[in-house]
Amino acid sequence: MSTEPSTPKKSNEIVATNVSKTFGAGPFSKEVIKDCSFTIESGKLTVMIGPSGCGKSSLIQLIAGFDHATSGQITIGGEPITGPGKDRLVLFQESALFPWMTTWDNVMYGPRARGEDAEKSAEQAEFLLKKVGLEAFRDKYPAQLSGGMQRRAELARAMINKPEVMILDEPFRGLDHMSKELMWEYYASLYEEDRNTNFFVTTDIDEAIFLADRLLIMTNLPTSTRSVIEIDIPRPRNIEDMADNERANDIKTEVMTLLHEEAMKSFSGGSKAAADFLEAYTKRVG
Amino acid sequence: MNINKFKSNFSTRATFRGLIAIVIFVAIWEFGARSQDLIGYRMPFIGLIPPPTAVLETWADLVVDVSYWQSWYMSFLRVFTGFIMAMIVGIPLGLYMAINRTFYGIAFPSFEILRPIPPLAWVPASIIFWPTQEMSIAFVTFLGAFYTIVINVLGGAKSINRQYVQAAQSMGASQADIFRRIVLPATLPSIVVGSAVGMGITWEVVVAAEMISGGGSGGAGGGLGFFIWSSYVGGSYEQIIVGMISIGIAGFISSELLRKLGGRFTPWLKTR
Repeated sequence: MSTEPSTPKKSNEIVATNVSKTFGAGPFSKEVIKDCSFTIESGKLTVMIGPSGCGKSSLIQLIAGFDHATSGQITIGGEPITGPGKDRLVLFQESALFPWMTTWDNVMYGPRARGEDAEKSAEQAEFLLKKVGLEAFRDKYPAQLSGGMQRRAELARAMINKPEVMILDEPFRGLDHMSKELMWEYYASLYEEDRNTNFFVTTDIDEAIFLADRLLIMTNLPTSTRSVIEIDIPRPRNIEDMADNERANDIKTEVMTLLHEEAMKSFSGGSKAAADFLEAYTKRVG
Repeated sequence: MNINKFKSNFSTRATFRGLIAIVIFVAIWEFGARSQDLIGYRMPFIGLIPPPTAVLETWADLVVDVSYWQSWYMSFLRVFTGFIMAMIVGIPLGLYMAINRTFYGIAFPSFEILRPIPPLAWVPASIIFWPTQEMSIAFVTFLGAFYTIVINVLGGAKSINRQYVQAAQSMGASQADIFRRIVLPATLPSIVVGSAVGMGITWEVVVAAEMISGGGSGGAGGGLGFFIWSSYVGGSYEQIIVGMISIGIAGFISSELLRKLGGRFTPWLKTR
């Protein structure tokens, strides 16, 4: 359970080494990520959890290649990340489906943009839409889909590009509890099918434990890796069983204690989010 | 289905209310304009204008007059020439300013200094530097729509959700593809709004420009603005009102046309 990067085994392992990110300069600069090191092992579902408002989204921007680290390095398969690439696909917090395209055109966007064989891509798109249960909605615009359907359409749009690594930034945030749990099971089964490298960021502890192979727990601002927990609960997992699973509950207590400590730190710094978390924590753990 | 039924019910009711309001308005106008004869007291303002019945009578005469329709035609021609030119120049300019920082740095300051100058302030200058009267009117109407279109396109293209572009990038899209299939459609709603507002300004400007410049070739070729002005000079107050209402109708037709066209280009907005 070391937070130190290990030597890459497969071509799409992502290794962050002493990454720091500072926004602005001089007296108004804000250090968001500090000396952050972790590994996203290939063929595993790594979940990153941390207090809301910590630099998780900034980290995603760095891994996706949309932004550059102030210092330190992130590599994929041993190669430094210099910009966005189709090997890493990002699913954003809010739906980034293109509102002016139908579900079908959204899913077909990637293959068309790269000029791939139209017939083969259409076959793939058809298959994926069926898989996410949206074949009847192929000619609808995103605004005509429910929140859960939008997320599934986005999963299909991402999967058609066969990314080596899928990066998901709090993808189920804002969904109601029912759809959220459905999406967990749904997403987990998709992952279990092909076991690609997945990196999933969340603030929801239940979501994190239910989904993760490995759990990275982050510190408060500036973000670094606090702890890594291997979630050795066998798959496929069942949401109802998770509540009675002793191992799951142990992990949950451990994660809450760690997050609680982090929240305390920022609470002394006067953070509203931390105060909210503390309230929820006392209710839960007492 | 039910929603649609409700919507159509609602719209017929709204139309009904609108019609009632117009009828009441016309009735008050008729009464006010004839107040001298009816109650022996001339109501202020409204008592000085011709009553709607007299206006309608004059209008009935004009409808069969070719020169009246010639005025319509001339104004429409000027509005659409200026407007289409403004779109041809304004949309690419706005888009290019939005995507190219260097060009934005060069062009935006000059643009912002020129923008507050009202198009009508350009009338004397444009009469001087354009060879024909017609061209100077077209130029002034062009300016009316131009600034609004550019500002809207620029603002729309700059406020595109960054995640759309990032999503496209991570799917391996080229810059050209991102421009064509992300930036352009994302800006379309702003283009439509900018055009609708620009169209309104174009009508304001063309009427004033026709009045000031004496309506280009003058006479029947003068357009609706010149029609109002010459009616005023000739002392036909009924014709002034006919001209005003004609412009109202012409402006409404143009906006409606633009709305329909804009809706065709942005089908996804109708689904909300």
